[in-house]
Amino acid sequence: MTGIISDNVGRPSGLIKAASGGTSTGAWTKIKTLTAGADSTLDFVDGTDDVVLDSTYPIYRFSFINIHAETSGEKFTVNFRDGGSAYDATKTTSYFLAYQDEAGSGDAALSYITSKDLAQSTDAQPIAQDTNVDNDASISGYLHLFNPSSTTFVKHFISNTQSMTLSSGNPYSYQAFVTGYCNVTAAIDGVQFSMSSGNIDSGKIKLYGLGDS
Amino acid sequence: MSGIIAQNSGRHTGLVKASSGGGAVWNLIETLTASSSATLDFTSGIDSTYDEYVFKFINIHPETDQTSLLFQGNAAGGSGYDETITSTGWQAQHSESGSTELSYETGSDQAQGTAFQKISHELGNGNDECASGYLHLFGLSDTTFVKHYISKFNAYRYNDYSQTHFSAGYFNTTSAIDEIQFKMSSDAIDAGTISLYGIS
Repeated sequence: MTGIISDNVGRPSGLIKAASGGTSTGAWTKIKTLTAGADSTLDFVDGTDDVVLDSTYPIYRFSFINIHAETSGEKFTVNFRDGGSAYDATKTTSYFLAYQDEAGSGDAALSYITSKDLAQSTDAQPIAQDTNVDNDASISGYLHLFNPSSTTFVKHFISNTQSMTLSSGNPYSYQAFVTGYCNVTAAIDGVQFSMSSGNIDSGKIKLYGLGDS
Repeated sequence: MSGIIAQNSGRHTGLVKASSGGGAVWNLIETLTASSSATLDFTSGIDSTYDEYVFKFINIHPETDQTSLLFQGNAAGGSGYDETITSTGWQAQHSESGSTELSYETGSDQAQGTAFQKISHELGNGNDECASGYLHLFGLSDTTFVKHYISKFNAYRYNDYSQTHFSAGYFNTTSAIDEIQFKMSSDAIDAGTISLYGIS
């Protein structure tokens, strides 16, 4: 391999040779990565800092890599901007989870959590179980946001996170499933992640655009 | 856009322009194809290059009826697939005769266990029976945090159910994980492919 292609081997931009063997690189486009460093919020706003969150893609995916909270017992949350600068879109959601105690006490089940769902509320939506600030504890997972630019339909989202958390002082594995919709026909042009109290101590959130062809 | 790049727009081969946002996202690392394989081992390509790795499973067919698909990890420098796991497992299923069930599956979870983790439950081995799904692994090279995984499969179960099996949990280690092994709970993986992708 020579020339421009050779020069660009391993690079994420420029003129490149597609993967050999006809392998698709997929219809995903990485848009933005935010890395937390004791941040009160991590905001993805269309048109700001190279963020695209408009009609370019029908689906957007946020990936969470080892989100670590500053404060124990808080909730990792998401909220949406539907005009103006406030993250206060009205939402109706559901929240259920599967959990397992590290101690093997038999405290393992599938459960709907009524305290973490929303019914026509503008509050931030929890997307993971209560935070654990142990040095090795974190949250990973993803959230899909569908067609945020629509001005006809509500905006659905589906989140799936996995965390190591504390319950009654014991570490647990929690997988949280959160889905719902922003009950607005205005476009969603900003998404904000935060803790219910305290900062996001560390971790990455990556935004991807998912193409439809 | 014009010239060669324009001609190749939307194609997966040839000379293309990387996306302006940072290039390819799904990067195929390796595909293994089972053929009466006792295990399928991914022993290279898992490192700090990517924050997220995804395994895609296509038509996993067991040699023996009513066996489950399992996985484990090996820490960098370790000598065995025996990392400590805390995990959950649950299922939604519908039989061909119309029975339904949504339940937590205690046989699919672990509490600080070192056994292989079940990710698809009791597959059938009829000629057309198999399982497909995916497994996401996060931050495998990190040496500060535990290593989370999330999986979802649909299987043609041995007793003629369409079963969706969900599992998630973590390797409770701060060591990096650089090898992953898959096997059935008994006997071989008769057929099927597993592909490993790095998500940039």
